[in-house]
Amino acid sequence: MSAAPATLLRLATAGSVDDGKSTLVGRLLHDSKAILADQLEAVERVSRDRGLTGADLALVTDGLRAEREQGITIDVAYRYFATDRRSFVLADCPGHVQYTRNTVTGASTADVVVLLVDARKGVLEQTRRHLAVAALLRVPHVVLAVNKIDLVDDAQSTFLTVAAEAHEVALGLGLSDLRAIPVSALHGDNVVDRSTSTPWYAGPSLLEVLEMLPVGEVDDGDLRLPVQVVIRPQGAVRGGADRDFRGYGGRLDSGTLRVGDPVEVLPSGRRSTVRRLWLGDREIAEAVAPQSVTVELDDEIDISRGDVLAAVGTAAARREFSATLCWLADTQLRPGSRLLLKHGTRTVNTIVRGLRSRLDLDRLDHEPTDALSLNDIGVVDLLVSEPLPVTAYAVSRHSGAFLLIDPSDGNTLAAGLVAD
Amino acid sequence: MSLTLDQSTRARHDATTGEAPEVSGRHTSLSQLDHLEAEAIHVIREVVGELERPVLLFSGGKDSVVMLHLAVKAFWPAPVPFPVLHVDTGHNFPEVLAFRDATVERLGLRLVVEKVQDWIDDGRLRERADGTRNPLQTQPLLHAIAQGRFDGVFGGGRRDEEKARAKERIVSLRDDFGQWDPRNQRPELWHLLNPRHRAGQHVRAFPLSNWTELDVWRYIEREEIALPELYYAHERDVFRRDGMWLAVGPWSQPREGEQVERRVVRYRTVGDMSCTGAVDSPAASVAEVVAEVAASTLTERGATRADDRLSEAAMEDRKKEGYF
Repeated sequence: MSAAPATLLRLATAGSVDDGKSTLVGRLLHDSKAILADQLEAVERVSRDRGLTGADLALVTDGLRAEREQGITIDVAYRYFATDRRSFVLADCPGHVQYTRNTVTGASTADVVVLLVDARKGVLEQTRRHLAVAALLRVPHVVLAVNKIDLVDDAQSTFLTVAAEAHEVALGLGLSDLRAIPVSALHGDNVVDRSTSTPWYAGPSLLEVLEMLPVGEVDDGDLRLPVQVVIRPQGAVRGGADRDFRGYGGRLDSGTLRVGDPVEVLPSGRRSTVRRLWLGDREIAEAVAPQSVTVELDDEIDISRGDVLAAVGTAAARREFSATLCWLADTQLRPGSRLLLKHGTRTVNTIVRGLRSRLDLDRLDHEPTDALSLNDIGVVDLLVSEPLPVTAYAVSRHSGAFLLIDPSDGNTLAAGLVAD
Repeated sequence: MSLTLDQSTRARHDATTGEAPEVSGRHTSLSQLDHLEAEAIHVIREVVGELERPVLLFSGGKDSVVMLHLAVKAFWPAPVPFPVLHVDTGHNFPEVLAFRDATVERLGLRLVVEKVQDWIDDGRLRERADGTRNPLQTQPLLHAIAQGRFDGVFGGGRRDEEKARAKERIVSLRDDFGQWDPRNQRPELWHLLNPRHRAGQHVRAFPLSNWTELDVWRYIEREEIALPELYYAHERDVFRRDGMWLAVGPWSQPREGEQVERRVVRYRTVGDMSCTGAVDSPAASVAEVVAEVAASTLTERGATRADDRLSEAAMEDRKKEGYF
């Protein structure tokens, strides 16, 4: 047996309708031997029933009845595969209606976005939109898969033109790492193995790029540990711990925490020192992001769910800030709206004090607006009912992120990114 | 404006080689299992933090055993702060029920059991022609959730198990009828889970969403987690049906022409005896099972579950109705 893969890469795919994304994902899974015999047999059986000559690899990921009936992908699907070098979690994001919503969902936790374009169509409005979302969410890497390269006459110059246009858009958005690869998902060119059909392309295949991208970059900013639960066993203590055990359970969003470290509790500003650290029933000397741990402090101070443990003097809590929103609901956002806002483990009331602008994705600049609708990206000013230790999203993908929630039914309305 | 997030970061692109700048940064030493464990504990704590009355589905099967192990870790040294629920089909393996009861006893948990047999006995449900009881679990499950006023239900489902499950959110809303609407799911952003819902609705939470079968076994090995013995190679009287080895037992008898053989087998999944097949396997230890799973060319459900073979969308249809 081979050793367990050491690293985990989270990737999200994005593209427009009919770019062949499901086929690409199916090809990636198939050629990396991640589709097992019974799954392939099922795909072949359904393909045969539909009168197709070969196996339609899109059927590997299009699992819902309606998806199979309509030949489209409806919702984000998650797939898992591994090579000798690493393991992959793939979020396959549909390209049609609700595309921003699905892409934001897939990209918010992604290390890399694989963006498909049809070589015959080039960079479309949706391509710009997907690049804008990747830039906005600060996805570290983008791979542009220029698909159906086998269907264009002058493949090399078409590829160079499409890649150059995408690079220009990426540069304008501040995306620091975009690499383009010519592929044919249908035939497998440059997906897993390098193709002989594109002798003018000297670079790696898609899978090779995915295997070599740096991942698992620790958010090595200052410590932030949002408290999820207060653990006080009192009479019911297990396994020989103190009867007066009082621990704070949470996951490190960023930074490290060691026994003896001073910490500050936000928003109260009270300070204490780390007495002991636990991972389950195992005592540890140091915790790093993104571990889930339990923290004991030297002093009995008032801490509850929603509070944040932070490195001393590194954070301040605020009640007013501006933010970029990806509006993901069918209802509209208007100034004066009263909503819930979840930041870390704290949910507070918020009022939208003003709408500054809406992003025009064709021109990639901002225009004034009085409302945000489904798939819109815009900038707002918020007032919250309790001070929150927010950081600019440009500084942290964790303490700069929040949700807007509908207080009436609990639905998630928007992804929020703290601007300043 | 914030969209142009960092103008100082200049891109260096070379379209013909795909080369890109080296990215520097500190890299974590946490393993893949460490990441999955941290995520699962985060999910469990978040649901407990946000909701009033969570419950954990516990059958004694490997996924629910791992999930419970993570719940113990999440709250140690305090006891697990919620009860566990089992929908007993009446066709369960006796050794798995014994394992379930011993685990509940050891951890001092409250166990709620809803029995499909009771529903059949009083006429609320009718036995299916094929004798399979897995699809009959949905109504008793929804009843038990409503009866216990549970607002969050932890399930051991994994996205790699099945194509409909691959579309499931980590925290997933169920409507007043317990139904899942795959076409209208909430966006799930960053690690910010949102289990809020209206009265009458509830959420299912899947802490093992991103685990594969192999991850589960590697974690069982690493954490030395005890499982029912039938997950490991043993001798058993079995007969062949639908390409699977079914155990000879009170609810699964060979039909005419089906030969009973004594074989060395183990179970990859544990469910209803009448529709869960064993696989030929000499893997008697956890290390041997890990090696076997890593090399397997069949999915666990493909190898062992008759109920998923009913149609292309059998699991999707059951899930929409409120199944696990």
